[in-house]
Order: sequence, then structure tokens, then C-alpha cells
Amino acid sequence: MASSAHAAHADHAHDHPTGWRRWLLSTNHKDIGTLYLLFALTAGLVGGALSIGMRLELQEPGMQIFSNPQTYNVWVTGHGLIMVFFMVMPALIGGFGNWFVPLMIGAPDMAFPRMNNISFWLTVAAFVMLVLSLFMEGAPGSYGFGGGWTVYPPLATQGHPGPALDFGILSLHLAGAASILGAINFITTILNMRAPGMTLHKMPLFAWAVLVTAFLLLLALPVLAGAITMLLTDRNFGTKFFDPSGGGDPILYQHLFWFFGHPEVYIMILPAFGIVSHIVSTFSRKPVFGYLGMAYAMVAIGVVGFIVWAHHMYTVGMSLRVQAYFVFATMVIAVPTGVKIFSWIATMWGGSLRFTAPMIWAIGFIFLFTVGGVTGVVLANAGVDRAMHDTYYVVAHFHYVLSLGAVFALFAGWYYWFPKMFGYVIPDWIGKLHFWVAFIGSNLLFFPMHFSGLAGMPRRYADYPDAYAGWNLVSSIGSYIFAFGLVIFFYGVIVALVRKEQAADNPWGEGATTLEWTLSSPPPFHQYETLPRISGGDH
Amino acid sequence: MQARPAPVAHARTAVICGGIAFGMLGLAFASVPLYDLFCRVTGFGGTPMVGTAPAARVLDKTVTIRFDSNVAPGLGWRFTPEVPAVKVRIGETHEIRYTIRNEGSRDATAVATFNVTPELAGAYFTKLECFCFTDRTIKAGETQEAQVVFYVDPAIADDPDIRDINTITLSYTFFPSKPKPVAAVAGAEPKL
Repeated sequence: MASSAHAAHADHAHDHPTGWRRWLLSTNHKDIGTLYLLFALTAGLVGGALSIGMRLELQEPGMQIFSNPQTYNVWVTGHGLIMVFFMVMPALIGGFGNWFVPLMIGAPDMAFPRMNNISFWLTVAAFVMLVLSLFMEGAPGSYGFGGGWTVYPPLATQGHPGPALDFGILSLHLAGAASILGAINFITTILNMRAPGMTLHKMPLFAWAVLVTAFLLLLALPVLAGAITMLLTDRNFGTKFFDPSGGGDPILYQHLFWFFGHPEVYIMILPAFGIVSHIVSTFSRKPVFGYLGMAYAMVAIGVVGFIVWAHHMYTVGMSLRVQAYFVFATMVIAVPTGVKIFSWIATMWGGSLRFTAPMIWAIGFIFLFTVGGVTGVVLANAGVDRAMHDTYYVVAHFHYVLSLGAVFALFAGWYYWFPKMFGYVIPDWIGKLHFWVAFIGSNLLFFPMHFSGLAGMPRRYADYPDAYAGWNLVSSIGSYIFAFGLVIFFYGVIVALVRKEQAADNPWGEGATTLEWTLSSPPPFHQYETLPRISGGDH
Repeated sequence: MQARPAPVAHARTAVICGGIAFGMLGLAFASVPLYDLFCRVTGFGGTPMVGTAPAARVLDKTVTIRFDSNVAPGLGWRFTPEVPAVKVRIGETHEIRYTIRNEGSRDATAVATFNVTPELAGAYFTKLECFCFTDRTIKAGETQEAQVVFYVDPAIADDPDIRDINTITLSYTFFPSKPKPVAAVAGAEPKL
């Protein structure tokens, strides 16, 4: 694909700070990417610990570990917000995006390196504020905000008078500002800094995915910022945006939130699509099937993602015709998504398959994401959603696409790019063992939730009738198995760092065609002293 | 990190992107009046229509209008319609009187909000005269009257979604005009 001419790291005017300055003041896209990955790992452990607490509580009927059901709801809220804003997004976009978008498009760094640094540290500040909010007073007599990650009024405006939610709102403001700055950085980098000869239609799919994601961030996050600012002024300055007593409307908040919230779920999954495309292509030793279709399917998902938001709100009292529109528009998304699923399968079809750790994680992603996609089509029906709304069926659905979809792609990307990023090899069997433990654990965890949900078990309750006990016990056991998988994950990282087995520049063979594999492992501190030239076009 | 300054093209892209972000932020706030306008024009979410003239025709079909009247907690008012429900012909203009009595020991100012259920009926519930969104002050022990003049738009009979409806509820709620800030309500010591 590329005739790269990367010189060895030339020792001249470029700054190469060391010690704490290298990280705190970093303007290097690879260092910032590493920081993002470490941050996402840390936040993921916090968010994961919250979810284990929830599963311990739900393991049996009755109250187990929480003295107060409100505290359980605070943990639910914290888990959701942390996993969305401080684990999946920083890992996929901040981590892998920062690391590999410039490498893949042949750019020396991001367009605005200092802004990149600001984005990262704002994210850290936002996370600290969110964790602090868990320890502030929320509802009278309890700590933290327990209204769910959607933060609906009036519970958010009148039910939580303490400062916990104000901390939460400011945390989301900071995280949103960080993501918008990051999005501007990615768009500018991808549009202006591609290597000579790399047209948009020759650009690797991960860069395409991040480009579409960045536009979604740019269009969706300001709407969330506006909505939560209105919440903040409703709470503290006497405005009545969402308060019917002053002519406001709480449903308006739901419209604003989901106008952001639905694109947000594609923000979390599109980069995963990009990663999986590269892994499947690499280990099938074939270029990805239907490259242009794959790229424009992501664009289509992004565009249609903005006009389907009210399928989260079927129960607020919309007319039949409005509901019919949202049912139809939502189902349309299954078409470009299907294009992607089939193209991945077609890429593997007749390929020279190698089932390495990243490959089985990627295949696991395709399978599990498809399961979540199918239940998504079920839930898209307004009539079915009347029954399923706010039950565990919905919990099962969005965890299959995010917790099993996005997270499996994260681990796939981790095992795929770890040798490139850190220069050391994780033994393949560790990645495979981690996969099987995680696959069994997460399916035990989330598949029974379909049954609990169909049986009518509602979300966001700390206790439940005995009738739901069986599947909840299975779910809890699944969550402990998944958590044990993380022990294997860290063992793999430690083994790699202790053994220091040097990774080859391209450990995956001729299937790995993108530019990052033409560099050393790890890449030099500043790459592409001479820009690579992209010749021909095998896309 | 680059020794060379960022090219002009970068700044231009970034400024355009920043403009898009601020534009979306502006749209989020613009959605408040736009949504309000949208509800008033279309009756979305059960917002009744405001009319100036009686309906052009009156149908034989009747519909029951129920009157729901509420007072927010903390406001010691008694607020009742003269009748709990009335059966009107579609298109017929009707007047309903409400009695509002301040049973508290101090003067109070409140504002009424209204809504129609089912929400789809909002587009066809036309009010010619009403009391809403204006401050009303009642002295302690005083009684006031208020009335709503309305009709149900005959076009409702042509809407396949709700033409079979036979009951519409008009709901009014009085809220204190200057409620206490929520922060002042917090009191109890937190417990985990």
C-alpha cells in the first residue's frame, strides 16, 4: 500500500522531554494516546467495581450490601457515566484514535498538539469531579446522584437538592469540552494532514471511523452541554426550562438529551467498527471487502443516527404517526450496519485465516454485536417497546452492543496494537484465554437479562421479587467470571513488560498493510521525518 | 511539537469546526422557544390551542370533558370547577367556572398551568378565554372566580388517531409563583 520512507529518529532540534514533564506537558500524540489508555483502564476499573457492587446486590432478592436503595441507584448512575464518558470514549477515541490516526494517515502528529494535551487533562479533571460527586449530598439524606446517566428532570431538578448533581453536570461540561476540542483536532488532522497521495478514498477505515465519530461529537455534544446547562440553571438560578410550573416542559429535556444520546452510542461503536475492520483484514490476509461500502456505511450510520432519537421515548405520548416514523427510521440503521457485518464476513470468506488473540476478539465482537443489533431491531418497534421499556431486556440490548461490542473491540485493538505501541509481545495464549473467560463470563452475565426483561423485571431497582432470583444469580456469577478475565488481562500485560520480548516491526505478517506497521515497534518519538508517499490504490 | 507553525488551513478547519460546535449549542437553547412555539402551533404534548372565534360547525357527536384541578403542595388554596365533568357536542362553545379560595393564613401569588389529556387531543381543544401563565394574587380567606371558554374543534372527527375518543381531560394546576429554591429544602444529614 505504501512506500514508506521513515528515517530513523533523527537527533535534532525536536524536543524530547523526560520524566514528569514528558507526560504532564505532553504534546506527543503517542504519549497522549498512552495516557488516555491508562486513564481509561483506571476509570474502567472504577466503573467495573461499581458494576460488581450492583451484581453483588442483585445476586439474591432482598437487600444485601446496600443499606439504602438510593445508594444502589447512585452506583448505577456512576457506572453508566464512567463507562460511557471515561472508559469507552477515552480508550477508543483518545487512546487508539490519538495513537493510530496520525500513524495511519502518515502525519507527524496531531494538528494541534497542545490542544490535545488540554483535552486529556480536562478529561481527568472531569473524572475527578464525577468521583467527587459520589461523595456529595444528593437526594436529602443520601450521597451522590441516583437518577441514571440520562439525568431526567424533575428528579434531577427537584429530587436531588444537594450539590452532587451540580458536580456531575460540571463534570460532563468538562468532559464535553474535552471531547469537542479532541473532535476539532481529529477533523483538522484528518482533513489537512494526510500523507501525499492518500486521498480520503484511500484512507484506512479506522481513520474514517474516527473522522465520522469526530463529526458526531461536534454536532451532538454541544446539545448535551446546552441541555445540562439548562438543568444547572433550573436547579440553581430559578429558570423554568423544564419546570411546568413556569411553562417549561420536562419532555423537552428528553428530546435534547436523546438528540445527543443516540449519536453518542454511535460515537462509542464507530471506532470499534474501524478497529475490527483492520483486524479482520489483517488475519484474513485480504483487503477488507467492499472498502467504499464500509466507509460510507459509517457515514450513513452517523447521518441517520441524528434522526432517530425519539425511539428512546416511545412512552412519552407521541402520536402514532410520529412513532411510526421513528420506528421506520430506526430500522433503516440496520441496513448500513448489516452492510458492515456482511462485509466483515465476506472479508473472512476465502481468506487465509489465522486465529490469533486479536482475531478471535474481533470475531467475538462481530458475533456479540450482531446479537445486540438484533435485539435493537426488536426494541425499535414502538409496540414491543411499550412492554420492554425500562426492563432488563433493554439493559441486555445495550450491554451486548457496548459492553460486549465496544469493549471486545477495545480488547481486540489492545492485543492487535500492543506490540506496536509498547514494543513488547503479549503471549498469544494469554489473549486467547482472556477471550474465552470474558466471552463465557459476559454471555452468562448479559444473556439471562433478556429473560429477566421479558419476564418484566424493571431496571434501576435494588431489590426484586423472588421470581427473578434464578437468572439474576446466573448474571452475577457471569460478572465475577468476566472480572476474573481482567486478572488474566493484567497478567498478560505484566508478562509482556517483564519478559521484554521485542516485537517485530510488523508482527502480523503481510496482511497488516496500514502505515503504522512500516514503523519500528514502538514507533520513534517523532515519525515520518520524510512523509510517506501513497502510490497506487489497492482500496 | 512541529517546529513549523500550524498552517493556515488548520486554523481555518478548526474555526469552522468551532463554529459548528457553537452553532449546535445555540440550537440547543433556540430549541426552547422553538419547542414552545411548535407545541402551541401543533398542540403537541397536549398543549391546547388558543382560538379567537367559535367553531364554524357543530357536530351531533358528543364528548365528555373532565375538569381536573390541582394545587401544588405548600400553597394552601382550594381550587374546584363548578362541575367535575360536562358533556358537550363537538364544536359547541362552553364555559366552565372555577372557584379559587385561599384557605391559608397569608396572601399568596400563584400561576396556573394547563394541559390536555390525551395529549393528541391538544391540537383540537381550542380555548377562547382562559386563565394561565399570569400571576394571580389572592388575599388570605378571599375567594375568586375564573372561567375557561372552550370548544372542541370539529376537525377532531377527521383525525384517524383520536376520532373515536369520548373523554378529554382539561387539567389545571396552580403553582406558587416564587417557589423556594430546591437547595433550601435539603436538610437531613446524609447517610450512606
